[in-house]
Amino acid sequence: MADTVVGATPDPHAPGDDPSRRDFIHIAAGAAAAGAVVALVWPLVDQMNPAGDTLALASIEFDLGKVEPGQQVVVKWRGKPLFVRNRMPEQIAAAVKDDHAELRDPATDESRHKPGKPQWLILVGTCTHLGCVPTVGGGDYGGWFCPCHGSHYDLSGRIRKGPAPKNLVVPDYAFLSDTKIKVG
Amino acid sequence: MSGHSTYEPKTGIERWLDTRLPIVRFAHDTALSFPTPKNLNYWWTFGGILALMLGIQLVTGIVLAMHYVPHVDYAFASVERIMRDVNYGWLIRYMHANGASMFFLAVYIHMIRNLYYGSYKAPREVLWILGCLIYLAMMATAFIGYVLPWGQMSFHGAVVITNLFGALPIIGTPITTWLWGGFAVDNPTLNRFFSLHYLLPFVIAGLVVLHIWALHVPGNNNPTGVNVKSENDTVPFHPYYTVKDGFAIAVFMLLYASFVFYNPNVLGHADNYIPANPLVTPAHIVPEWYFLPFYAILRAVPDKLGGVLLMFGAIATLFVLPWLDTSKVRSMRYRPTARLYFFIFVLAALVLGFCGGKLPDDPVIFQPSGLMLLDADINSFVWLSRVATLYFFAYFWIILPVLGLTETPLPVPESISEPVLSHPATTPAGAVASPEKRG
Amino acid sequence: MLRKAIALAALGLAFLGSPALAAHPKPVERDVAWSFDGPFGKFDTAQLQRGYKVYREVCAACHSMHLLSFRNLGEKGGPFYDPEYPNSNDNPYVKSLAKDIQVPDIDQDTGDAITRPAMPADRFPSPFPNEPAARASNGGALPPDLSVIAKGREGGPNYIYSLMTGYRDAPAGLTLSPGQHYNVSMNGDLTSAWKGDHHKVPPGGVVAMPPPLAAGKVTFDDGSPSTVEQQAKDVSAFLYWAAEPKMMERKQFGLGAMIYLLFFTVLLYFSYRRIWKNVAH
Repeated sequence: MADTVVGATPDPHAPGDDPSRRDFIHIAAGAAAAGAVVALVWPLVDQMNPAGDTLALASIEFDLGKVEPGQQVVVKWRGKPLFVRNRMPEQIAAAVKDDHAELRDPATDESRHKPGKPQWLILVGTCTHLGCVPTVGGGDYGGWFCPCHGSHYDLSGRIRKGPAPKNLVVPDYAFLSDTKIKVG
Repeated sequence: MSGHSTYEPKTGIERWLDTRLPIVRFAHDTALSFPTPKNLNYWWTFGGILALMLGIQLVTGIVLAMHYVPHVDYAFASVERIMRDVNYGWLIRYMHANGASMFFLAVYIHMIRNLYYGSYKAPREVLWILGCLIYLAMMATAFIGYVLPWGQMSFHGAVVITNLFGALPIIGTPITTWLWGGFAVDNPTLNRFFSLHYLLPFVIAGLVVLHIWALHVPGNNNPTGVNVKSENDTVPFHPYYTVKDGFAIAVFMLLYASFVFYNPNVLGHADNYIPANPLVTPAHIVPEWYFLPFYAILRAVPDKLGGVLLMFGAIATLFVLPWLDTSKVRSMRYRPTARLYFFIFVLAALVLGFCGGKLPDDPVIFQPSGLMLLDADINSFVWLSRVATLYFFAYFWIILPVLGLTETPLPVPESISEPVLSHPATTPAGAVASPEKRG
Repeated sequence: MLRKAIALAALGLAFLGSPALAAHPKPVERDVAWSFDGPFGKFDTAQLQRGYKVYREVCAACHSMHLLSFRNLGEKGGPFYDPEYPNSNDNPYVKSLAKDIQVPDIDQDTGDAITRPAMPADRFPSPFPNEPAARASNGGALPPDLSVIAKGREGGPNYIYSLMTGYRDAPAGLTLSPGQHYNVSMNGDLTSAWKGDHHKVPPGGVVAMPPPLAAGKVTFDDGSPSTVEQQAKDVSAFLYWAAEPKMMERKQFGLGAMIYLLFFTVLLYFSYRRIWKNVAH
């Protein structure tokens, strides 16, 4: 190059001034290259997260008037079944009675429904074991029974028997009015 | 690889692996210690740029395929969903769309450099042919990829290009029907194009591996075209060319980013944001810019089969180029006459590209109405393309073969180091005599 | 589409018949100084809001925008973005805008086709159930979908603005079929419909759409004068936003990327100079 100093050694590997020596500028350039790669990796990873339209459909409104007492209606929410169960007074009583039974994942029935609305039990309808859909009214406790690997849930959706580790999940939801809920 | 390996395993694990799968030795010899001529200029950095562009296209393409729907009813909307709803989808799609243009820009510079410095000549003919195959696969991939958004240009571009095969006698119609999977470009076509667009890049990647292999046997050509004579002529690839390529890549990325972020649609056509409609053809149908020279050659011939044959002939010519050029001297640095013809060739290629983007019958030189200096028939882009096409073929089939035999080249230096070391400012006494101490 | 077909036919005829006269006058395009021009350009929120109103009250009667949802209006960069509601589905203003519009649905109990007030997640409803219906109501011409129209036309928002303000009385000598309107900014070639001097073909083309805008047709909430000029500008800006909603995000990201790359390039250059310092080449 034009600026090559007169008399400078043409030997790139002269011990006095090894150009491959990791001095600051090379480390900085290498770090900047690594930074650029990392900055590009994030968009490539993030694109697999839920997209805008997927998130937009992630909350649903549901009219409870369609569920008769003692019945369960299953709706699809975020690609999964959502159990909306209208419990009879005796079912609520049975669930409350079991608050002090030996529970794998202790929770009171009170904590699993909205205050003042004990009849409405809203649950994500996938077994906490490996994700199958439990059948309503089955099992030893009258709540749900998962046919895949035999998990029994009680009338509050709590795990009582079988391989599942946790209670059926209560999603985020709110009452918009006495008969309407918004899930998600 | 050529020569002996300078790799020395340092740790026990490296030694253990080296006797079982010498992959570290391989990487060391090909990417780190590979002796590279020390006089390569910036035109040689495009190989590295191309490798990076292929990587970017593969990664962004695989990501886009996670969201794209290859169905005529959903393709356009799914691309728009990527642009609107997918996280960073706009970035990934614009990178992919503009990346194709950048890929072609780099490959054209890479090829022009090759033509100028005679890199296709013995012993690098296979290297050159592999490069031509990569270029061919790139064209197929780019064309098929352009169909996927299923806009107006996608659809009618696919119609026009697949109909090229219809020009072939007897087998033409069965072939187009087979390509389409029907009687027109339709859903089966789109679906198979998507599959092929996913497949072909991996074919390119495989060819690139062969290309690099074929490069590492004879080693790089260099601006003087003179063979490497001694270690004095070379430097190890790393860090010398990793950093030089790196710098060139960074500059190229600046250009790329200015398209992606500030002019993402300037290289495309507005018509491709209109969903495909088989009943209406866009008023002015042109391919992407990187196909324009070939499109001009196609249209230069008034006969369908003739145009198709000539267009494919232009690509086929490249494959036999090593045997058309009869010159003993590689680099045009020492071939002043050939250099002149070479620059006219580059101009002809650019003119062809320009003509490809114009309506064939439009006048080249504007003349006020009523004033007829030139015949309207001659003063048209189709005639300009004809002249440029003629030169394109003459350059390869007449000028290069004849010139190699008739011209008198300038004196060629003895070795790569000679023209550098003979420069007084950089020649310490005795530098030529003492061989370099290499690690 | 019909307009395009007519323009195309005209173009084709012109080229076949007289190649020497192919250079017909270009349509008139007026440039507007948009707030979103240039590498630092941003959308003007108030303008987008006015533009949405023009679309909703005028264009939406015939033109669909089927790629857009009401939630898009409240997304970052959009006309009704509110930083308080990062999830635009919760944005009360977007909700109320959606609620004013009826969208088709299926009654979950009876299976009947019904309409209900829209929710933010709903797409903009199309004015016509299908293409034949749209054509039948518009004299055979199909009003194009406007979702990406600003990217689907050369000139983008400038073209839309010019078209909106480009209606003129047809010059004497121009034959128009019933239902056609002369527009100086429409893409097309009027050579075949022109009876006058062959060298003085008027610029522009014919549009099936009657002049859509008129002074006072839309009442702007922010008190902007409701001129055709203003309406045209605002709706063009809105349509550009609709076609390229991530533009601001893109330019912002680009600024960071360019600065970083520039810095990286300089570093690499010095690193390169240092490594090659002692090599004669």
